Amino acid sequence: MTFGQLPYDVAHLFGGGMLLLSFMLLYQRRVTAVINGLAIQGAILACAAAWQGGMQSAPQLYLTALIAFAAKAVLIPLALRVLIRRLDMDRTVDTAMGVGPSLIAGVALVALAILVVLPITTGARAIAREDLALALSVVLLGMLMMITRRNAILQVAGLMSMENGLILAAVGVAGMPLVVELSTAALVMVVLVVAGVFVFQIRERFDSVDVSLLDPHRGEGR
Amino acid sequence: MPFDFPLPSFPLPWAVVFLPWAGALLLAFLPRERQATLANIGVSAAGFLLALALLAHPGGIQGWTHVDALNTPLVVLSFLIGLTTAVFSHGAVGAERFDALRLRAYHVAFQVFMGAQALALLADNMGVMWVAIEIATMASVLMVAVHGTPPAIEAAWKLFILCGVGITLALFGTIILYLAAQPLVGHGDSGLSWTVLRGLAEQADPGVLNLAFVFLLVGYGTKAGLVPLHSWLPDAEAEGPIAISAVLSGLLLNAALHAVLRAKAIVGAHDGAVAPGRFLLAFGLASLLLAAFALWRRRDARRFFAWSSIEHMGLAAIAFGLGGVAGNLAGLLHMLGHSLCKSAVFFGLGAAVRLRGSQKTADIAGLCASHPGLGWALAIAIAAVAGLPPFSLFASEFLLLTEVAARHAWLILPLGIGLLTATVAKLHILQALCLGDPTPDAPRDAASGGATGADWFTRDWFTLGPVWLHLALALLLGAALPGPLAMLLGQAARIPG
Repeated sequence: MTFGQLPYDVAHLFGGGMLLLSFMLLYQRRVTAVINGLAIQGAILACAAAWQGGMQSAPQLYLTALIAFAAKAVLIPLALRVLIRRLDMDRTVDTAMGVGPSLIAGVALVALAILVVLPITTGARAIAREDLALALSVVLLGMLMMITRRNAILQVAGLMSMENGLILAAVGVAGMPLVVELSTAALVMVVLVVAGVFVFQIRERFDSVDVSLLDPHRGEGR
Repeated sequence: MPFDFPLPSFPLPWAVVFLPWAGALLLAFLPRERQATLANIGVSAAGFLLALALLAHPGGIQGWTHVDALNTPLVVLSFLIGLTTAVFSHGAVGAERFDALRLRAYHVAFQVFMGAQALALLADNMGVMWVAIEIATMASVLMVAVHGTPPAIEAAWKLFILCGVGITLALFGTIILYLAAQPLVGHGDSGLSWTVLRGLAEQADPGVLNLAFVFLLVGYGTKAGLVPLHSWLPDAEAEGPIAISAVLSGLLLNAALHAVLRAKAIVGAHDGAVAPGRFLLAFGLASLLLAAFALWRRRDARRFFAWSSIEHMGLAAIAFGLGGVAGNLAGLLHMLGHSLCKSAVFFGLGAAVRLRGSQKTADIAGLCASHPGLGWALAIAIAAVAGLPPFSLFASEFLLLTEVAARHAWLILPLGIGLLTATVAKLHILQALCLGDPTPDAPRDAASGGATGADWFTRDWFTLGPVWLHLALALLLGAALPGPLAMLLGQAARIPG
């Protein structure tokens, strides 16, 4: 199966869509817009999983798709919205890195993902390789987002985006065992982080630039 | 075929995993402190007995689990430390002043952690191992955050986010590992089985294996506290109930390093793949050197020993990075010795922190003069952690040094500088904490208990018993390794390659 055949192209369309949304998450400064982007990315992930389920005739992937849709496109974004209203964070937030530099860094990471994955996976099927390159890009962009944001909710969003990339990789590798179990376990982690933010009302991540604020907490103050 | 092992009928590994989880369920319904801590000891003791039964297990694969020489001693050690921690916790939990909900959360998280730890070590399926390490991470987050104070939440958040990223990367590595195996094994669970992957690694694509190893190393290396991914560890071990520091540094780090070793064994089995030992050497050396110098700047005693865990994990990583039977043996012995000695230190330190009402080094001075029993036990435990003879860390460090001298003489210099700096820092803190003029104890109020002499005596033995037991075992490991154990470790040392 190569370029120009429908199943292949549609799978790439979904993967590419997820990558595009990762870039959107990277430059977006409004918290609510980030949550919307995350919900759309979750929905596309569900489509990608269902499409792969059809292509590989692997019915368990439909279950992954269903769980991804329910949790990532509907429930978690809903919970985050409630949280934002409660913590009164419906505003723009600072990033540790400007939009321009973070987009350039993002493009560099995508190039890195392609350069790393494509040459060494020549033995694997073309679709698996390219899906893996897309998935790695999404994972790396999620990580970049976590590094450049100081707001707790946006960090959770970055972690979720990484998780999305991970599941894109897992469904793209034909015959991956325990796909449903692993994706559910990964989801549980995200749900618990969101729950943690809920319970403890964490606003900022703690390793902020202002170290003087932290020293008493760390028991290292004089 | 190595994986066609005849199945023993009783799934002992799963029993070892599910017993603590069943115990967690029981503990969720015990609101009274005394009942709960005694039940915790009971569950831990039963778990330890089951783990001992693993020593008689014939070995081999059983579904998603396997028993071999590498994981058996680690599981037995985990449950031993789980038991002594439960005993220590029985005496110490009163001082934590938990309310009923937090007490239950603490005990449930502890037993969930024990089960996940066992599964992480016993899993043959790399996917199951990943899930187990994830569960252990989440349970440890809960244990660290249980007090709910701002520093505890800060530490828990850091642990969650950094280790969340780490285990996400490890799952990516696991997926790529399957991608390498897929052309050889096709569909099905065996594509993630460590035994199958190890057997087939020679025929797999070396490039894909390399990529998988990088992700697994970075992912599980974060959990093992290797520099530069260590920054969650000092916070996590300095906050939360002190019994938790003992299991975090004694057990969790071992499970993570064990996962790295399994990945190394797979990649190392392919001649064309990158030599995984070099990465471990580099990470280990960075951890050793950074931690050795960071030790000098610590004013918080718990943080000091958390940094010392980073240093010891670095030493074990160097030993495994060297590889070969002698290198691996040094690494394994170091892991076992470190778990025993470090948790002994944390038990003693826990009692000292409780007495003085502070965990600053300056506030805990002169223990030997004011509380000789505790002071000398802690002093000997710190000497053991510092790697002084005759305890087992001396033996493993000596073995490591001779191995390095024979194979990579240039490594002697950085290794020697790191070891010396760290040892002197530990002797320095030994002097500060145990010798010299005592600082006054914190005034005891009614809530923290311990006012009557008899009560204090029993509590004291719930602390000192575990400390002396650990030290005796560390002495045994270091000075007179029993024959059967030496044979088991010798077999284990051949596994990581």
